[in-house]
Amino acid sequence: MNLEVEARVALAELLLSLADDEFVIGFWDSEWTGIAPMLEEDVAMSSISQDEIGHARALYGLLAELTDADADAIAFGRPATDFRHAALMNHARGDWAFTIARRFLYEWADAVRLLAITGSSYEPLANLAAKMRREESYHRMHIDAWLRRLAASDARDRLEAALQRAWPDAQAIFSPLLGEAALLSSGILTRPFDELRAEWRDRVQSILAEQHLALPDASVPSDGRTRRTDDFEWLHGQFTLVATSEEGATW
Amino acid sequence: MVIQTREQVVWAALAEVADPEIPTISVVDLGVIRSVAFDGPRLTVELLPTFVGCPAVDVMQHDIGKRLRDFADEVVVEVSFAEPWTSDRITPEGRARLRSSGFAPPVAIQAAPAASAFEADDLLSMLPIATCPYCGSRNTTLENPFGPTLCRAIYHCADCRQPFEQFKSV
Repeated sequence: MNLEVEARVALAELLLSLADDEFVIGFWDSEWTGIAPMLEEDVAMSSISQDEIGHARALYGLLAELTDADADAIAFGRPATDFRHAALMNHARGDWAFTIARRFLYEWADAVRLLAITGSSYEPLANLAAKMRREESYHRMHIDAWLRRLAASDARDRLEAALQRAWPDAQAIFSPLLGEAALLSSGILTRPFDELRAEWRDRVQSILAEQHLALPDASVPSDGRTRRTDDFEWLHGQFTLVATSEEGATW
Repeated sequence: MVIQTREQVVWAALAEVADPEIPTISVVDLGVIRSVAFDGPRLTVELLPTFVGCPAVDVMQHDIGKRLRDFADEVVVEVSFAEPWTSDRITPEGRARLRSSGFAPPVAIQAAPAASAFEADDLLSMLPIATCPYCGSRNTTLENPFGPTLCRAIYHCADCRQPFEQFKSV
């Protein structure tokens, strides 16, 4: 596919943001391996995190092909300030309630955006999204069950507080991308982010309403994918540890 | 005398390459081989991963390349998402082999999940359906849709009281 320069740059930005979202949430939630509230969750969270990091690997692979770069170098060779994940993924793992709240908001945003991407004119991305969706449906089923479970438990207050805390930064998943207009005109993106955000908000609100939970109106931060935190700086230090300890190390 | 094409010979050789995680089933019966094609000195095999993040893909690429190295000057095992691998691609022979080694085969997905649908309902309705590979009972319950590898779920049989794994329907 021959892409105009502008669309190519925007596509690279899109791939990077998708990959970084999956990569960073995958790393945070993998921290539950060994210490989740119960053994079954230990297995589930580990498996889900492995899925997410696998998705990130494939997306970095598409970006590497597009820009003639190396996927590992993109993942492990960038300074923390060059990451493009949404601000939602800036927060540390937190407690179980926060993990569930964040993942609930993220899984639904990811579902809305992946469905839109399966219609992309950029075939490699459309194909990968179609495959990822089948796996993500298990994640969504899992997280919806946990949301209902916590909402009906002693932990309801903690869940509610965690949702309130995560909500403003979750909007950043749909922060306008540099070159969104070029993505839309080339058909790489089939629907504008604003529209996707509205659909996501409605779906999330209606599931929460069943539990008599509500979230306020929130605006989309313009720096939603560039803002970084000390928490993320720390995580970045962790996942680049091997790569920075020995240049070109393989494992 | 049966005359085989070069491609048929390659498919037969691939039927001897085992899945690294469940060695009882071959990569052909698992349905991960999409195509084999000769182009001059080059033989290209298209491999569809069962799961995007499947850590066994590298091993499969290596094992396939090794098995086929005498068939062409250059053997390329290409990871492809040109069409999604689904558990419906596992052959009847593959399903029998899974069962005989203690895995419940996946349930047919066919229509689900529809491209326009968000709801995981189709998936949910399939989850409780797993036939115990030991005693054949359908009186089973899902313990965890996530198991020891990305492609497996954990069940329990209420009749023979045996936990077992199912190859996930995806």
